[in-house]
Amino acid sequence: MTPAELYQRNREWHPPAYAPDYKTSVARSPRNALLSLQGSMSELTGPTFGHNDIDPLDNDLIRNYAQSGDPIGERIIVHGRVLDENARPVPNTLVEIWQANAGGRYRHKKDTYLAPIDPSFGGCGRTLTDADGQYVFRTVKPGAYPWRNWVNNWRPAHIHVSVFGAAFAQRLITQMYFEGDPLIAKCPIVQTIPDKRAVDQLVAALDLNATVPLDSIAYKFDIVLRGHRSTFFENRPEGN
Amino acid sequence: MVQSLHYLKESASQTAGPYVHIGLAPGDAGFDIYRRELGRDITGPNAQGTRITVTGTVTDGTGAPVKDVLIEVWQANAAGVYPGAGEVEEGFRGWGRVIPDFDTGVFEVKTVKPGAVMGRNGRLMAPHLNLWLVARGINVGLNTRMYFGDEAAANAADPVLGLIEQAHRRQTLVALADGNRYHFDIRLQGDPETVFFDV
Repeated sequence: MTPAELYQRNREWHPPAYAPDYKTSVARSPRNALLSLQGSMSELTGPTFGHNDIDPLDNDLIRNYAQSGDPIGERIIVHGRVLDENARPVPNTLVEIWQANAGGRYRHKKDTYLAPIDPSFGGCGRTLTDADGQYVFRTVKPGAYPWRNWVNNWRPAHIHVSVFGAAFAQRLITQMYFEGDPLIAKCPIVQTIPDKRAVDQLVAALDLNATVPLDSIAYKFDIVLRGHRSTFFENRPEGN
Repeated sequence: MVQSLHYLKESASQTAGPYVHIGLAPGDAGFDIYRRELGRDITGPNAQGTRITVTGTVTDGTGAPVKDVLIEVWQANAAGVYPGAGEVEEGFRGWGRVIPDFDTGVFEVKTVKPGAVMGRNGRLMAPHLNLWLVARGINVGLNTRMYFGDEAAANAADPVLGLIEQAHRRQTLVALADGNRYHFDIRLQGDPETVFFDV
Protein backbone atom coordinates (compact mmCIF):
# COMPACT_ATOMS: atom_id res chain seq x y z
CA MET A 1 0.00 0.00 0.00
CA THR A 2 1.32 3.42 -0.94
CA PRO A 3 1.54 5.89 1.97
CA ALA A 4 -0.64 8.98 1.93
CA GLU A 5 0.27 11.66 -0.56
CA LEU A 6 1.47 15.11 0.47
CA TYR A 7 0.09 18.56 -0.05
CA GLN A 8 1.70 20.32 -2.96
CA ARG A 9 4.76 22.25 -1.88
CA ASN A 10 3.95 25.95 -2.21
CA ARG A 11 6.79 27.17 -4.39
CA GLU A 12 5.69 30.78 -3.98
CA TRP A 13 6.30 30.51 -0.24
CA HIS A 14 9.81 29.10 -0.66
CA PRO A 15 12.69 31.07 -2.18
CA PRO A 16 13.12 30.73 -5.93
CA ALA A 17 16.17 28.80 -7.13
CA TYR A 18 17.47 31.88 -8.93
CA ALA A 19 17.77 34.80 -6.53
CA PRO A 20 20.44 37.12 -7.98
CA ASP A 21 20.99 39.16 -4.81
CA TYR A 22 22.27 35.92 -3.31
CA LYS A 23 25.04 35.63 -5.88
CA THR A 24 25.97 31.99 -5.43
CA SER A 25 22.47 31.00 -6.53
CA VAL A 26 23.05 32.45 -10.00
CA ALA A 27 25.21 29.59 -11.33
CA ARG A 28 23.67 26.92 -9.11
CA SER A 29 20.03 27.32 -10.09
CA PRO A 30 18.45 25.16 -12.80
CA ARG A 31 17.17 27.16 -15.78
CA ASN A 32 14.57 24.61 -16.79
CA ALA A 33 11.32 24.26 -14.89
CA LEU A 34 11.13 21.53 -12.28
CA LEU A 35 9.14 18.55 -13.54
CA SER A 36 6.09 18.04 -11.34
CA LEU A 37 5.88 14.49 -10.06
CA GLN A 38 2.97 12.94 -8.22
CA GLY A 39 4.13 10.96 -5.22
CA SER A 40 5.08 7.29 -5.58
CA MET A 41 6.72 4.94 -3.09
CA SER A 42 10.02 6.62 -3.92
CA GLU A 43 8.87 9.99 -2.61
CA LEU A 44 6.35 8.99 0.07
CA THR A 45 8.57 6.65 2.05
CA GLY A 46 11.67 7.83 3.87
CA PRO A 47 14.41 6.82 6.28
CA THR A 48 13.67 6.38 9.97
CA PHE A 49 15.95 6.75 12.96
CA GLY A 50 15.91 5.43 16.50
CA HIS A 51 17.50 6.07 19.85
CA ASN A 52 20.25 3.57 18.97
CA ASP A 53 21.43 5.97 16.29
CA ILE A 54 22.19 8.87 18.60
CA ASP A 55 23.45 9.52 22.11
CA PRO A 56 21.68 11.38 24.91
CA LEU A 57 24.33 14.13 24.95
CA ASP A 58 24.03 14.81 21.22
CA ASN A 59 21.45 17.59 21.78
CA ASP A 60 23.63 19.45 24.30
CA LEU A 61 26.08 21.62 22.35
CA ILE A 62 27.45 23.02 25.60
CA ARG A 63 28.70 19.57 26.58
CA ASN A 64 28.95 17.42 23.48
CA TYR A 65 32.37 18.73 22.48
CA ALA A 66 33.58 20.31 25.72
CA GLN A 67 37.34 19.84 26.05
CA SER A 68 38.14 22.13 28.98
CA GLY A 69 35.00 23.62 30.49
CA ASP A 70 32.00 25.21 28.85
CA PRO A 71 32.11 27.12 25.58
CA ILE A 72 32.14 30.92 25.58
CA GLY A 73 28.86 32.64 24.85
CA GLU A 74 25.29 33.35 25.82
CA ARG A 75 23.76 30.10 27.06
CA ILE A 76 20.48 29.37 25.30
CA ILE A 77 17.84 26.68 25.07
CA VAL A 78 16.20 26.18 21.68
CA HIS A 79 13.02 24.19 21.84
CA GLY A 80 9.84 23.72 19.87
CA ARG A 81 7.75 21.22 17.99
CA VAL A 82 7.92 19.67 14.57
CA LEU A 83 4.40 19.82 13.12
CA ASP A 84 2.88 19.16 9.73
CA GLU A 85 0.59 21.49 7.79
CA ASN A 86 -2.39 19.81 9.45
CA ALA A 87 -0.93 20.96 12.80
CA ARG A 88 -0.28 17.36 13.82
CA PRO A 89 2.93 16.59 15.68
CA VAL A 90 5.67 14.75 13.75
CA PRO A 91 7.00 12.22 16.29
CA ASN A 92 10.34 10.36 16.36
CA THR A 93 11.84 12.40 13.58
CA LEU A 94 15.50 13.33 13.39
CA VAL A 95 16.34 17.01 13.90
CA GLU A 96 19.95 18.05 13.26
CA ILE A 97 21.39 21.52 13.82
CA TRP A 98 24.68 23.27 13.13
CA GLN A 99 25.93 26.74 13.84
CA ALA A 100 28.85 29.12 14.31
CA ASN A 101 30.28 29.73 17.78
CA ALA A 102 29.62 32.87 19.81
CA GLY A 103 32.25 34.76 17.79
CA GLY A 104 30.69 33.82 14.46
CA ARG A 105 33.26 31.17 13.49
CA TYR A 106 32.43 27.67 12.28
CA ARG A 107 34.53 24.68 13.22
CA HIS A 108 35.06 23.86 9.56
CA LYS A 109 38.35 23.54 7.75
CA LYS A 110 37.02 25.86 5.04
CA ASP A 111 36.04 28.70 7.42
CA THR A 112 38.86 31.24 7.73
CA TYR A 113 37.06 34.11 9.50
CA LEU A 114 39.37 35.80 12.00
CA ALA A 115 37.14 35.12 15.02
CA PRO A 116 38.73 32.29 17.03
CA ILE A 117 37.68 28.65 17.17
CA ASP A 118 36.33 27.80 20.62
CA PRO A 119 38.15 24.70 21.87
CA SER A 120 35.03 23.59 23.76
CA PHE A 121 32.48 24.09 21.02
CA GLY A 122 31.82 21.72 18.11
CA GLY A 123 28.73 23.46 16.77
CA CYS A 124 26.45 20.56 15.87
CA GLY A 125 23.74 18.58 17.58
CA ARG A 126 20.95 16.13 16.84
CA THR A 127 17.92 14.71 18.56
CA LEU A 128 14.67 12.85 17.92
CA THR A 129 11.31 14.49 18.51
CA ASP A 130 9.17 12.87 21.19
CA ALA A 131 5.66 11.48 20.71
CA ASP A 132 4.31 15.03 20.80
CA GLY A 133 6.78 16.33 18.21
CA GLN A 134 8.81 18.20 20.85
CA TYR A 135 12.55 18.70 20.61
CA VAL A 136 15.08 20.62 22.69
CA PHE A 137 18.72 21.67 22.31
CA ARG A 138 21.06 23.52 24.63
CA THR A 139 23.75 25.63 23.02
CA VAL A 140 25.30 29.09 22.94
CA LYS A 141 23.93 31.87 20.80
CA PRO A 142 25.87 32.03 17.53
CA GLY A 143 27.52 35.28 16.50
CA ALA A 144 26.86 37.25 13.34
CA TYR A 145 29.63 36.99 10.77
CA PRO A 146 30.68 38.61 7.50
CA TRP A 147 30.48 36.81 4.19
CA ARG A 148 31.41 37.60 0.63
CA ASN A 149 28.37 38.44 -1.44
CA TRP A 150 28.46 42.14 -1.65
CA VAL A 151 31.65 43.38 -0.01
CA ASN A 152 29.89 44.21 3.23
CA ASN A 153 27.34 41.48 3.99
CA TRP A 154 26.69 40.09 7.48
CA ARG A 155 24.71 37.01 8.27
CA PRO A 156 22.27 37.48 11.15
CA ALA A 157 22.79 35.08 14.04
CA HIS A 158 21.29 31.79 12.86
CA ILE A 159 21.16 28.07 13.46
CA HIS A 160 20.86 25.67 10.51
CA VAL A 161 18.13 23.07 10.98
CA SER A 162 17.63 19.79 9.09
CA VAL A 163 14.43 17.74 9.51
CA PHE A 164 13.25 14.50 7.92
CA GLY A 165 9.55 13.78 8.50
CA ALA A 166 8.15 10.46 7.34
CA ALA A 167 8.53 10.88 3.57
CA PHE A 168 11.65 11.69 1.58
CA ALA A 169 9.61 14.45 -0.11
CA GLN A 170 9.15 16.16 3.29
CA ARG A 171 12.90 16.59 3.67
CA LEU A 172 13.70 20.15 4.69
CA ILE A 173 16.72 22.25 5.56
CA THR A 174 16.15 25.77 6.81
CA GLN A 175 17.63 28.34 9.18
CA MET A 176 16.41 29.68 12.49
CA TYR A 177 16.88 33.36 13.28
CA PHE A 178 16.54 35.23 16.57
CA GLU A 179 13.84 37.69 17.55
CA GLY A 180 14.95 41.31 17.36
CA ASP A 181 18.01 40.87 15.15
CA PRO A 182 18.35 43.92 12.87
CA LEU A 183 20.48 41.95 10.40
CA ILE A 184 17.54 39.74 9.37
CA ALA A 185 16.07 42.46 7.17
CA LYS A 186 19.48 43.16 5.58
CA CYS A 187 20.46 39.59 4.70
CA PRO A 188 20.32 38.57 1.01
CA ILE A 189 19.90 34.91 1.98
CA VAL A 190 16.91 35.64 4.23
CA GLN A 191 15.52 37.96 1.59
CA THR A 192 15.48 35.19 -1.05
CA ILE A 193 12.16 34.36 0.65
CA PRO A 194 9.56 36.46 -1.15
CA ASP A 195 6.85 36.62 1.53
CA LYS A 196 7.61 38.44 4.78
CA ARG A 197 5.25 36.12 6.67
CA ALA A 198 7.43 33.20 5.63
CA VAL A 199 10.47 35.04 6.99
CA ASP A 200 8.68 35.75 10.28
CA GLN A 201 7.98 32.02 10.56
CA LEU A 202 11.75 31.42 10.67
CA VAL A 203 12.35 33.85 13.53
CA ALA A 204 12.42 32.13 16.92
CA ALA A 205 10.64 33.96 19.72
CA LEU A 206 12.20 34.75 23.05
CA ASP A 207 10.46 32.36 25.45
CA LEU A 208 10.94 33.42 29.04
CA ASN A 209 8.73 30.55 30.25
CA ALA A 210 11.30 28.03 29.03
CA THR A 211 14.40 29.65 30.49
CA VAL A 212 16.43 28.06 33.25
CA PRO A 213 16.52 30.96 35.76
CA LEU A 214 20.03 32.24 36.50
CA ASP A 215 21.42 29.84 33.88
CA SER A 216 20.06 29.87 30.29
CA ILE A 217 17.73 32.03 28.22
CA ALA A 218 15.32 30.32 25.81
CA TYR A 219 13.93 30.63 22.29
CA LYS A 220 11.00 28.71 20.83
CA PHE A 221 11.12 27.56 17.23
CA ASP A 222 8.38 25.43 15.69
CA ILE A 223 9.12 23.74 12.37
CA VAL A 224 6.37 22.86 9.90
CA LEU A 225 6.71 20.05 7.35
CA ARG A 226 4.39 19.30 4.45
CA GLY A 227 1.10 17.71 5.45
CA HIS A 228 -0.36 14.40 4.29
CA ARG A 229 -3.53 14.40 2.22
CA SER A 230 -6.65 12.62 3.35
CA THR A 231 -7.89 10.25 0.70
CA PHE A 232 -11.66 10.58 0.84
CA PHE A 233 -12.43 9.12 -2.58
CA GLU A 234 -10.01 7.22 -4.78
CA ASN A 235 -10.43 8.49 -8.31
CA ARG A 236 -8.16 5.93 -9.89
CA PRO A 237 -7.83 2.61 -8.14
CA GLU A 238 -4.47 0.80 -8.14
CA GLY A 239 -4.13 -1.24 -11.32
CA ASN A 240 -6.06 1.03 -13.64
CA MET B 1 -15.84 36.19 5.10
CA VAL B 2 -15.48 32.44 5.12
CA GLN B 3 -14.25 29.97 7.68
CA SER B 4 -10.52 29.62 8.16
CA LEU B 5 -8.97 26.39 6.86
CA HIS B 6 -6.49 26.38 9.75
CA TYR B 7 -3.68 24.81 7.76
CA LEU B 8 -0.17 25.69 8.81
CA LYS B 9 2.38 26.76 6.22
CA GLU B 10 5.46 24.66 5.58
CA SER B 11 8.56 26.36 6.97
CA ALA B 12 10.38 28.05 4.11
CA SER B 13 13.60 26.41 2.98
CA GLN B 14 16.95 28.15 3.33
CA THR B 15 20.27 27.17 1.81
CA ALA B 16 22.32 24.57 3.67
CA GLY B 17 25.27 26.93 3.25
CA PRO B 18 28.96 26.18 2.79
CA TYR B 19 29.38 24.50 6.18
CA VAL B 20 26.63 21.89 5.86
CA HIS B 21 29.22 19.23 6.69
CA ILE B 22 29.52 20.49 10.27
CA GLY B 23 25.98 19.48 10.94
CA LEU B 24 25.41 16.49 8.72
CA ALA B 25 28.89 15.02 8.24
CA PRO B 26 31.24 16.57 10.82
CA GLY B 27 34.04 14.15 9.94
CA ASP B 28 34.25 15.87 6.58
CA ALA B 29 34.35 19.28 8.26
CA GLY B 30 37.47 18.06 10.04
CA PHE B 31 36.37 16.93 13.51
CA ASP B 32 34.94 13.92 15.29
CA ILE B 33 32.06 14.49 17.64
CA TYR B 34 29.51 11.68 17.31
CA ARG B 35 29.93 8.04 18.26
CA ARG B 36 28.53 7.27 14.83
CA GLU B 37 27.81 9.56 11.92
CA LEU B 38 24.58 8.83 10.13
CA GLY B 39 24.39 8.06 6.44
CA ARG B 40 27.85 6.56 5.99
CA ASP B 41 26.48 3.10 5.16
CA ILE B 42 23.45 2.80 2.88
CA THR B 43 23.08 -0.95 2.80
CA GLY B 44 24.40 -2.54 5.99
CA PRO B 45 26.32 -5.84 5.87
CA ASN B 46 23.44 -8.17 5.00
CA ALA B 47 22.10 -6.56 1.85
CA GLN B 48 21.36 -8.95 -1.01
CA GLY B 49 21.98 -8.07 -4.63
CA THR B 50 24.77 -6.61 -6.70
CA ARG B 51 27.29 -4.35 -4.99
CA ILE B 52 27.82 -1.26 -7.12
CA THR B 53 29.87 1.93 -7.09
CA VAL B 54 28.62 5.16 -8.62
CA THR B 55 31.01 8.02 -9.28
CA GLY B 56 30.38 11.42 -10.75
CA THR B 57 30.59 15.16 -10.39
CA VAL B 58 28.04 17.86 -9.75
CA THR B 59 28.77 20.91 -11.89
CA ASP B 60 27.37 24.43 -11.89
CA GLY B 61 26.31 26.65 -14.77
CA THR B 62 29.90 27.64 -15.52
CA GLY B 63 31.01 24.00 -15.71
CA ALA B 64 32.90 24.11 -12.42
CA PRO B 65 32.53 21.24 -9.95
CA VAL B 66 30.30 21.94 -6.94
CA LYS B 67 32.71 20.71 -4.30
CA ASP B 68 30.62 21.67 -1.28
CA VAL B 69 27.46 19.81 -2.30
CA LEU B 70 25.89 17.21 -0.02
CA ILE B 71 23.81 14.50 -1.69
CA GLU B 72 21.34 12.28 0.11
CA VAL B 73 20.42 8.95 -1.42
CA TRP B 74 17.15 7.08 -0.79
CA GLN B 75 16.63 3.73 -2.43
CA ALA B 76 14.85 0.40 -2.31
CA ASN B 77 16.73 -2.84 -1.72
CA ALA B 78 17.52 -5.34 -4.46
CA ALA B 79 13.99 -6.75 -4.16
CA GLY B 80 12.48 -3.30 -4.77
CA VAL B 81 11.32 -2.79 -1.17
CA TYR B 82 11.80 0.46 0.70
CA PRO B 83 12.59 0.23 4.43
CA GLY B 84 9.40 0.92 6.35
CA ALA B 85 7.22 -0.30 3.49
CA GLY B 86 8.03 -4.00 3.84
CA GLU B 87 10.62 -6.50 5.01
CA VAL B 88 14.22 -5.62 4.19
CA GLU B 89 17.53 -7.11 5.27
CA GLU B 90 18.62 -6.47 8.86
CA GLY B 91 20.64 -3.24 8.85
CA PHE B 92 19.47 -2.07 5.42
CA ARG B 93 18.71 1.64 5.83
CA GLY B 94 18.38 2.54 2.17
CA TRP B 95 19.55 6.04 2.92
CA GLY B 96 22.94 7.67 2.93
CA ARG B 97 24.91 10.86 2.60
CA VAL B 98 27.50 11.43 -0.07
CA ILE B 99 30.11 14.17 0.00
CA PRO B 100 32.48 14.78 -2.91
CA ASP B 101 36.20 15.06 -2.51
CA PHE B 102 36.83 18.69 -1.52
CA ASP B 103 39.71 19.00 -4.02
CA THR B 104 38.32 17.29 -7.10
CA GLY B 105 34.55 17.43 -6.56
CA VAL B 106 34.22 13.74 -7.48
CA PHE B 107 31.69 11.83 -5.39
CA GLU B 108 31.42 8.09 -4.87
CA VAL B 109 28.36 6.10 -3.77
CA LYS B 110 28.81 2.53 -2.59
CA THR B 111 25.55 0.61 -2.40
CA VAL B 112 23.58 -2.26 -3.91
CA LYS B 113 21.62 -1.95 -7.11
CA PRO B 114 17.96 -1.46 -6.20
CA GLY B 115 15.18 -3.51 -7.72
CA ALA B 116 12.26 -2.17 -9.71
CA VAL B 117 9.57 -0.54 -7.57
CA MET B 118 5.83 -0.43 -8.18
CA GLY B 119 4.83 3.07 -9.19
CA ARG B 120 1.50 4.80 -9.47
CA ASN B 121 -1.42 3.07 -11.17
CA GLY B 122 0.29 -0.29 -11.18
CA ARG B 123 3.12 0.77 -13.49
CA LEU B 124 6.52 -0.57 -12.56
CA MET B 125 9.33 1.97 -12.15
CA ALA B 126 12.79 0.99 -13.43
CA PRO B 127 15.50 0.62 -10.78
CA HIS B 128 16.62 4.04 -9.58
CA LEU B 129 18.25 5.99 -6.77
CA ASN B 130 16.40 9.02 -5.41
CA LEU B 131 18.79 11.92 -4.88
CA TRP B 132 18.42 15.16 -2.95
CA LEU B 133 21.07 17.85 -3.34
CA VAL B 134 21.79 20.70 -0.97
CA ALA B 135 24.62 23.22 -1.04
CA ARG B 136 25.53 26.86 -0.75
CA GLY B 137 23.58 28.65 -3.47
CA ILE B 138 20.80 26.04 -3.59
CA ASN B 139 17.80 27.66 -1.92
CA VAL B 140 15.51 24.62 -1.89
CA GLY B 141 17.00 21.12 -1.98
CA LEU B 142 16.92 19.66 -5.50
CA ASN B 143 15.28 16.28 -6.11
CA THR B 144 16.36 14.07 -8.98
CA ARG B 145 16.75 10.37 -9.81
CA MET B 146 19.55 8.22 -11.14
CA TYR B 147 18.56 5.36 -13.44
CA PHE B 148 20.88 2.61 -14.70
CA GLY B 149 22.28 2.52 -18.22
CA ASP B 150 22.16 -1.28 -18.35
CA GLU B 151 18.37 -1.31 -17.84
CA ALA B 152 17.39 0.03 -21.26
CA ALA B 153 14.13 -1.92 -21.55
CA ALA B 154 12.97 -1.03 -18.03
CA ASN B 155 13.98 2.59 -18.53
CA ALA B 156 12.02 2.79 -21.78
CA ALA B 157 8.88 1.70 -19.89
CA ASP B 158 9.49 3.86 -16.82
CA PRO B 159 6.53 6.16 -16.14
CA VAL B 160 8.65 8.94 -14.63
CA LEU B 161 11.21 9.07 -17.44
CA GLY B 162 8.23 9.00 -19.77
CA LEU B 163 6.95 12.24 -18.25
CA ILE B 164 9.96 14.12 -19.56
CA GLU B 165 8.61 15.80 -22.64
CA GLN B 166 11.94 16.40 -24.36
CA ALA B 167 13.11 12.84 -24.91
CA HIS B 168 16.79 13.76 -25.12
CA ARG B 169 16.67 15.14 -21.58
CA ARG B 170 15.82 11.68 -20.19
CA GLN B 171 19.44 10.72 -20.69
CA THR B 172 20.46 13.22 -18.02
CA LEU B 173 18.99 10.78 -15.47
CA VAL B 174 20.67 7.63 -16.79
CA ALA B 175 24.07 6.57 -15.45
CA LEU B 176 26.64 5.04 -17.80
CA ALA B 177 27.22 1.39 -16.92
CA ASP B 178 30.59 -0.37 -16.85
CA GLY B 179 30.06 -3.70 -15.11
CA ASN B 180 29.38 -2.97 -11.45
CA ARG B 181 30.57 0.60 -11.80
CA TYR B 182 28.40 3.47 -12.96
CA HIS B 183 29.16 7.04 -13.87
CA PHE B 184 26.60 9.76 -13.22
CA ASP B 185 27.22 13.49 -13.58
CA ILE B 186 24.71 16.04 -12.36
CA ARG B 187 24.56 19.42 -14.04
CA LEU B 188 22.73 22.05 -12.02
CA GLN B 189 22.47 24.44 -14.94
CA GLY B 190 23.33 24.62 -18.63
CA ASP B 191 23.44 22.07 -21.38
CA PRO B 192 22.68 19.26 -20.74
CA GLU B 193 20.97 20.36 -17.54
CA THR B 194 19.87 17.51 -15.30
CA VAL B 195 16.11 17.08 -14.93
CA PHE B 196 15.00 18.03 -11.41
CA PHE B 197 11.62 17.23 -9.93
CA ASP B 198 9.04 19.10 -7.94
CA VAL B 199 8.00 16.17 -5.75
